[in-house]
Amino acid sequence: MKESGNEADETGSGGPLVVLEKVNKHFGDLHVLKDIDLTVDRGEVVVVIGPSGGGKSTLCRSINRLEPIDGGTILVDGTPLPAEGKALARLRADVGMVFQSFNLFAHKTILQNVTLGPIKVRKVPKAKAEEEAMALLDRVGIANQASKYPAQLSGGQQQRAAIARALAMHPKVMLFDEPTSALDPEMVKEVLDVMTGLAGEGMTMIVVTHEMGFARRAAQKVVFMADGQIVEVNTPDEFFTNAQTDRAKDFLSKILTH
Amino acid sequence: MDQLFDFSPVFDHHEKILEGFEATVRLAVVSAVLSLILGTILVAMRVSPTPVLRATGTFYVNVMRNTPLTLVLLLSSLCVSDTLGILVSDDPRTNYYWFGVFGLSAYTSTFVCEALRSGINTVPLGQAEAARSIGLTFTQSLRMIILPQAFRTVIAPLGSVLIAMIKNTTVVIVASYAEAAAFMKEMFDDYGASIPIFLGFALGFMVLTLPTGFFFGWLAKRMAVAR
Ligand SMILES: Nc1ncnc2c1ncn2[C@@H]1O[C@H](COP(=O)(O)OP(=O)(O)OP(=O)(O)O)[C@@H](O)[C@H]1O
Ligand SMILES: [Mg+2]
Repeated sequence: MKESGNEADETGSGGPLVVLEKVNKHFGDLHVLKDIDLTVDRGEVVVVIGPSGGGKSTLCRSINRLEPIDGGTILVDGTPLPAEGKALARLRADVGMVFQSFNLFAHKTILQNVTLGPIKVRKVPKAKAEEEAMALLDRVGIANQASKYPAQLSGGQQQRAAIARALAMHPKVMLFDEPTSALDPEMVKEVLDVMTGLAGEGMTMIVVTHEMGFARRAAQKVVFMADGQIVEVNTPDEFFTNAQTDRAKDFLSKILTH
Repeated sequence: MDQLFDFSPVFDHHEKILEGFEATVRLAVVSAVLSLILGTILVAMRVSPTPVLRATGTFYVNVMRNTPLTLVLLLSSLCVSDTLGILVSDDPRTNYYWFGVFGLSAYTSTFVCEALRSGINTVPLGQAEAARSIGLTFTQSLRMIILPQAFRTVIAPLGSVLIAMIKNTTVVIVASYAEAAAFMKEMFDDYGASIPIFLGFALGFMVLTLPTGFFFGWLAKRMAVAR
């Protein structure tokens, strides 16, 4: 098996890990991404924030081509996104994704959810994949749930399992699309703690979230998106206390007043 | 009148009747397996990203599903085997058995395909997205994630398809392979159409179909995917 996707790659080319240039995307007549430029460095944590319908999910999903774009370029570790087929599958293996609704494979146990990718995509021997999976599940605090099915777990446990499933592929970058929005309030913290831990270990992360605490604690950069455009890029502290654009101030006043 | 309620032909010929049902079971079991395999291939074609495969699958299903089974079987046995001279076996009974199986499977597989396709529609889109996001290819995600869940949700309707297929074996006589219903007609000719003979055969079919239905109902409950 080739080395790509393992931590060893961090010693690879020194440039930024994810680069978007003039990215455009339409849904029919709707222009959802308008000339998006974004650079994410190795080990950087970027929080994407903004009003509903602004294009945050679409941006996130375009980075592993769950949504194909219709203009511009996206580079992951220096390589443009392949259009289709095996090359695209290989790239996706290097880009971890965590969904709002967890999307754990409903007919497989938690352990099988985590080992499937390593065994089928990375061709890791089953015993080794299971050993690694158990270590990951232990790290996210649900090792004792390994033999259960997703529906038997709480939302917070499911989301942590989904994070473990993505990590098992040794991704170069992790994408999170509102990972805590579907959770009951008391479960938000357990998921954010795992994510904060990951950020502390140097994982490159792009996180769509409205969790200000997480942004302040873990992120180097906040990207404010509205109407398909990046309106402001700032440090978390500056953004939440002293936003530069009226659009961002207006948005913050709405989410801060409740 | 007496003769109408005379059960003796049924008892006298129970060996022949059982032989007929044995032929029915042989047809049904092999056709069920083939239909499931062929139906799965068809549904994979119908949901594939390749337009040619999709069009071929759709065309085949729509043609087969809307052709009477009798015609499909005649096509299989008369045209393919007799006219084109393609033989599976030199023994005519074995040969017609196989062409009966082929016709029945070619027909039933389209219903299996459509049942599976409705099952695929119940699998949330997020399952396929998660599969793709860990690097599984389209075929892998279909095989490991989508189809296993689709199968589980359509076990009960698949049971109905197979029950219909068991009853459809009675049409295979047009492909020159005699099974239970053919023996029934033979007995009607010999003894006159009597209620006991009819009851005997109807009961025979229920012995095959009822457990099939119960089994699939049980399996559906057991295999249900919790969400
Ligand atoms: N598959 C789709 N087909 C058509 N329109 C879509 C599709 N997905 C998203 N859209 C539209 O694109 C726009 C951007 O959607 P997107 O989901 O990226 O926004 P978002 O910023 O993630 O919003 P939210 O905070 O509600 O999740 C919205 O107007 C949405 O209705
Ligand atoms: Mg969204």
